[in-house]
Order: sequence, then structure tokens, then C-alpha cells
Amino acid sequence: MLRLEHLAKRYPTGDLALDGVSLTIDAGQVVALIGPSGAGKSSLIRCVNRLIEPTAGRVFLHGVEITGLGRRRLRRVRRRIGMIFQEFALVERLTVMENVLSGRLGYVPFWRSLLRRFPPADVEAAFGLLERVGLAEFVDKRADALSGGQRQRVGIARALAQNPQLLLVDEPTASLDPKTARQIMRLICEICAERRLPAIINSHDVRLAAMFVHRIVGLRAGQVVFDGPASALNDDVLTRIYGAEDWGTPGLDTPEEEEEEEDEGADGGDAALRPDLDRQRLAGLAG
Amino acid sequence: MPVASDPRGLPIWRRRTTRQEWALWLGWLALVALFAVCWRLMTENTIWAFVFDAPRQALDIGSRMLPPRWSYVDQLWRPLWDTLNIATLGTLLAVLLAVPVAFLAANNTTPSRRLVRPVALLVIVASRSINSLIWALLLVAVLGPGIAAGILAIALRSVGFIGKLLYEAIEEIDGAQVEAITATGASPAQIIDYGIAPQIMPAFAGITVFRWDINIRESTVLGLVGAGGIGLQLESSLNTLAWPQVTVILLIILATVIVSEWVSARVRAAIT
Repeated sequence: MLRLEHLAKRYPTGDLALDGVSLTIDAGQVVALIGPSGAGKSSLIRCVNRLIEPTAGRVFLHGVEITGLGRRRLRRVRRRIGMIFQEFALVERLTVMENVLSGRLGYVPFWRSLLRRFPPADVEAAFGLLERVGLAEFVDKRADALSGGQRQRVGIARALAQNPQLLLVDEPTASLDPKTARQIMRLICEICAERRLPAIINSHDVRLAAMFVHRIVGLRAGQVVFDGPASALNDDVLTRIYGAEDWGTPGLDTPEEEEEEEDEGADGGDAALRPDLDRQRLAGLAG
Repeated sequence: MPVASDPRGLPIWRRRTTRQEWALWLGWLALVALFAVCWRLMTENTIWAFVFDAPRQALDIGSRMLPPRWSYVDQLWRPLWDTLNIATLGTLLAVLLAVPVAFLAANNTTPSRRLVRPVALLVIVASRSINSLIWALLLVAVLGPGIAAGILAIALRSVGFIGKLLYEAIEEIDGAQVEAITATGASPAQIIDYGIAPQIMPAFAGITVFRWDINIRESTVLGLVGAGGIGLQLESSLNTLAWPQVTVILLIILATVIVSEWVSARVRAAIT
């Protein structure tokens, strides 16, 4: 349903961010995009909804070619593509409700959005979404009064308010502490499963990505160098994606462990992982 | 290279190279020399008799200004009201003109960096380069004396001030918020309303009230050139050497400015 064909992006500075990326994502499939900084992860998801104009290649969503749409029709496609950001990108001085309703901007005429007179159905849906992400009591709080985790929940609610056919998620947990990061990642993946919503999730955190997402795509210097199940991630693959380094860990989490952790609460997941981390740290100190 | 080495071969770090030290020293020397030359030019044409006489003259005028002629206040309420109106309406008019100009001038919102932006910047510079008093002189010649000329003079000067500070505020906004709103499929007008306006609102309110505060001070002198307001009374009192009246006018201007500064400080503190 989402198909990228030979997507390329060269910035005016001459940097080649994407170098012929082809990728197909089926309905309801969640993909984690991993790779070193500067590999082109952000460029890739921004080329999908053309926040960045790709230099070459084509993007299809449900058979519609997004690349090459006029401005008006591009906006109609964009409103069905939800986006979640690393630094949350909420409008800081607006309330939580206004931020969630801003997900409806592509659907309502200007005067309605200016006067904040959104259709009652939209407002009702927004209340429902805030309930779903656990922020029902924060409706009237200003976005800048919330904590990082709460802000990202608002960001998720805003993306869902768009009634999206696709989620683009850019480093959703990079600004969050480990526990909140897990909760947010779990929430995003749960919602994708509930709605059979396909998603591309950029992540620096390979462990976290492998824990929640089944299909991993590795990007290096603008090229896809790995595309496979999370269970296939091993030292060789990590070296191929990130370059040589002592990864010191046998295959991240084996699939059985993954199931186990997904069933447990956030604290359980944390605890299960900690001994492993400590062992690595000790090994590092000894060596 | 600021890093040299001492006899033992250890590196010595200095803030500047020797060449930079010399350049700096010569720069200061040139500045002092310039000051000396300027001082000579300035004192050349001074008539020292007047300068030495100045304290006595000042005391003389001071003694004539006291006591103030308090009864004159009754004739000042109306011109004072005019002055406040000139400042307020002028500021409002300026805001209406300056907001679109600022959006056209800001790097990140202008429709065209090559064509539109230079024109908007020119409007801002032109407005800023001409003082209100000179705008008033021109407008009194065009429109005739009166409040209308004063309001327009204040507005034309303020467009540049508000436009410049506002476009700088627009250029400093967080692009991520705009990107997020764009990604929802919002139209350009909606992007301004949701992505940009909330971010510049505190700056906008602060700039406007600050300019209103300045305009109250500027509008008190516009009457000197016939553009209405309390300056008219000041001029006629000065011309008739009615010094006790001048005192009253100056005191009333002082009181007005204190009040306007208080108001603008309160407004700016209230908006975060």
C-alpha cells in the first residue's frame, strides 16, 4: 500500500541523503527504520509526505502517486498521513485540545479553525483520543505545561485525529527517559495494531525497535542495507548498518524474550533488561 | 598561532597572536587620536563666553518657570486627549500595515526572497529612516495642520519599527511546530494561524505596547509643527515666553509618560 521507488534526495549543499531507496510496506505493517545519524532516516519519512521534495523517484500510497501531486491534492493526501516527531513539535502556547484538533486542519475550512469552531464530531473524537492516550484530565492545559511523555501522547493523539492511513514516526522516544520511551513505543505499536495502521518508525534505539517491531529496515548512507525480521539482527547485520564496533551482545533479544517482555508492564520490561546491560558494562570495564 | 612553546618545549597558550595584539593596540591608538581631533574641531567654533554664562542663564529661566501656573491645566485636557488619541490610533494603523509587511519580509514566510522580500525591507527601512517629526512636517504640508496629519505621521514611522521587530520574531520561531502543522494537511492560512501566530504572539504584544509607549512621547512634540496635540500649546507658550505655562505642560507630559510606561510594563509582564 505504501511503495517507494528509487527514491533519491540530494540537498542543495550536495549531500546525498537518499540514494535510490525502494521499499514496500503492506497494509497494517509496522516498520522500524534504523541507521546511524545522517543515514537519511528523517529525509526518507519527510519525502513520503513531501515536507522535503525528493530529487528523484516515486512514492505511491494506495496507488496514488504522491510525488507529482499539485499543492491542493498534496494537502488532501497529507491529511491522511499522521506524523509524530522527536521533539513532539506541539504548538507550545496552545492547549492540549487545540493541539489535538489541529490534526483536523486538513478537513475543516479556515474560518472554522480560526474561530476554533470545529465540528462537534471532531471534538468528540478528540476527547476519545485523549482518553485513549491517557490524558483525559489535561484537555485545557497548555502544551508547554506538560512533561515529555505527556507531550508525546498529545503528539500521538494529534496524528490519530487526522484519521490517518499511514503513520510516519520520527525518533518518537529520543527525547524521553528509558521507561517513558518504552511506554510511548508500546502505545504507538498497540494503536497501530488496533487500527491495522501501517507505520514507519525511525529509531536510534535498536534494542527498543527490535522489542516492539517485527520488520526492521537498516539504512546506511541513504541505501537500504538490511530488510528483515527483528530476530535476524545480529552483530554482522549491525556492523553492516552502523560500521564495525564491538556489539558485545548476542543477537539483542531472542524472539521468546521479546514476547515475554511485551506481555509485562513497563517496569517488568526494564527489570528484565537491566542484568544484561550491567553485564555489558562490567565486561567493558574489565576489558 | 597563539600556541608557542617555552624553552623547555612545553606549549604556551595565549588568547591572541602577536600580530593580533599589535593590531588591537594600533586600533585603540587610532581611536584616541580621532577623539583628540574631534575635540579640537568641536571647540574651535565654540564661543566660550556663552558657555561660561550658561549656568546663570539656566538659573534665570529656571526662576521664571517657577511657580507653575496651575490654572493653565484646564486648557490642557483637550490637547492631552488629542495627543493620546494620536498615539493610540497611529499605533493601531501602524499595526494593521506592519503585520503583512513583516510576513512578507521574514525569510521563512516571504512568498519570494528575490522580489517581495527586498520591497518589504525597503518599506521598513524607509519608514524607519524618517523621524516622526519630519513625517509630520511633510504631512502637514500635504494634509494641512491637524490631528489627521499627526496620526498618519506616527503610523508611518511606526510601521518600520513594528515591522522590523516583528519580522525578526517571525524568523526566530521554532520550525518544527510549523512543520507539524504543515504535515496535517493545513492550508497556508491555517499554518499561519496555528503554527506561527501562537509563537509570535508574546513578541507581537510586547512590540505593539512598547511602540505605543514611544508614540505617546513622540506625539507630545508633533504639535510643534502643527500636527495637533499638546505640542501646540507648548509651542505657543514658548513663543510668548510664558515660562510658568511651559512648566505645567512639561509636568503633565511627564505624568502621562509615567502612566504609559507603567501600562506597557504591566501588559508585557502579563503576556508570556
